[in-house]
Amino acid sequence: MDFSQFLSYIASGTVYTVGVTLIALPAGLLIGTILALLYVYGGKVAARVMNLYSTVFRGIPPLVLLFILFFAVTRGVNLSAFWAGSLSLGMVSSAYQMEIVRGALLSVSGDQLMAARAVGLSRLQAIRYVVLPQAVRLAIPPWSNEAAIVIKDSSLVYALGVPEILRRAQLIGASSQRYLLAYLSAAIIYFLLVYATTRLLNHLEQKLSIPSNP
Amino acid sequence: MPKPILTIKNLTKIYGQNVIFQNLNLTVNEGDTVVIIGPSGTGKSTLLRCINLLTRPNEGQIWLDDLEITAKGTDEDQVRQHIGMVFQNFLLFNHLTALGNVKLGLTKVKKMSDEEATKKAMHELSRVGLADRANHYPGQLSGGQQQRVGIARALAMDPRVMLFDEPTSALDPELIGEVLEVMRKLALDGMTMVVVTHEMGFAREVADRIVFMEKGHIVEEGSPDEMFNHPKFDRTREFLWKITELYGKKEKEAE
Repeated sequence: MDFSQFLSYIASGTVYTVGVTLIALPAGLLIGTILALLYVYGGKVAARVMNLYSTVFRGIPPLVLLFILFFAVTRGVNLSAFWAGSLSLGMVSSAYQMEIVRGALLSVSGDQLMAARAVGLSRLQAIRYVVLPQAVRLAIPPWSNEAAIVIKDSSLVYALGVPEILRRAQLIGASSQRYLLAYLSAAIIYFLLVYATTRLLNHLEQKLSIPSNP
Repeated sequence: MPKPILTIKNLTKIYGQNVIFQNLNLTVNEGDTVVIIGPSGTGKSTLLRCINLLTRPNEGQIWLDDLEITAKGTDEDQVRQHIGMVFQNFLLFNHLTALGNVKLGLTKVKKMSDEEATKKAMHELSRVGLADRANHYPGQLSGGQQQRVGIARALAMDPRVMLFDEPTSALDPELIGEVLEVMRKLALDGMTMVVVTHEMGFAREVADRIVFMEKGHIVEEGSPDEMFNHPKFDRTREFLWKITELYGKKEKEAE
C-alpha cells in the first residue's frame, strides 16, 4: 500500500469527525443557550436546576457518558453508534456552552437591560434586541475554544466503533504496523480541522466587532 | 391652574434594613422643570427609578396624569413609554448606531414602520444637534454626544415627562455645556422635566422649582430665588453654598 492510499484511508474518516462535530456543537449551542437564558432570567429555582445540570455534566468524563448513553439508554431506543456518540457529546458540550452564554449574558445584562426597559421594551424584547446581540459577540472567543474541544472530543466516538479519523488510524496502523505514521497523520488532520475552525471564528469575531474609536 | 403630570404621595422605599426615603410627597406640574439636589446617597436616583417603575416602592402611590401607575396590574411597559429616562452613564445600546438607538423603541414598542421610525429618529437627532452622527456607534462618540443621543432616544417616545439622573456627572467638564444646552432648550420648549443634578447654574437658570433632599427627606423646596437667596433652613443654605462654590469653580474653569 502506498502512502497516498494510507493517508486517504485515514482522511476519509474526516466525514464522521466533521459529522459528529456538526451535530454535537449546534445541539450543545441550542440547549446551552436555552438553559443559560433560563439560568439568568428564569428565577431562583431554574437557576438551581441549571446549576445542577452544569455541575453533573461537567463532572462526568465524556467517554463515560458516551458509554452510558450507548449501552444503557439505546437498549430501548434504536440509536446508532454515530448518533449516540454525537448526542452525548452534544450534551456534555451543552453544559460548557451554557456557562459561556451565561457569562456573556451576565456581563451585558444589568444596565443595558434597564436602559431597554426604560424605553418601554418588554423584558423579552429587551433580552432579544439588546442583551443577546451583544452577548453573542462576547461569547465568540470562549465559544471558539469550546468548538476546538468538541472537534477533538469527537475522537471519543471511536470507542463505539464509529469509523472516524482515530478509529481508522488505529485500524490501518495495526494492519500495516506503521503506528507512528498512522497516528501522526490523524494528529495532522485534527490539527488542521481545529486550526481552520479557530481561524474562521476569529474572522467572524472581527467581522461582528462593534466599531469604536481607539 | 397648573395641571399636575406627576403626583407622588407618601412614597417609601426600603432596601433590607436601609430606609432610602420615607413618606415622600412631590408634585410636578405640566411644563415645569423640577431640579432635585442633595448629597449623594440621599435617594434621588432611587426616586427617579421608582417613578418609571424600574424599582418598586414599598409604600405610597405615584400618578402619571390621572393614572395611578403604582396600582396593581399596571402595564409597566406601557407606563415607561410615557416616561423618558436619561442615565448618568448614558447606557446607549452599544451594538447599535446612534440612529439605531433612537429607532429601537419606535419600531419595537410603537411598532412604527422602518421608514417612519427613521424619519422620527432623525428628527430627534437633529433636535440634539447630532443628525450628522446618526451612523456612528456609541464607541465612536464623545461622552457629551452619547448623552445627547440618550436624550434623543428618550424624546423619540414622546414622553409626558423626562427624568434625568445626574446626566452630566460622568462627563468631562468641557462636554457638560453641550448637554445642558440641549436640556435648557427642552425646558424652554415646555417639556416637563425632573432633573437630579449638581449643576447649580442650570438649576438657578432653568428650574421652576428646586427640591433639596437629604437623608430620604425633602428638606425644602421652592423657586430658585427662594432657595438661593432666602432659604428657610440653614442646612439648605449650607449645602447650596458648598455645591455652588465647588461646581461654580469648575464651570468657570471650563469657560
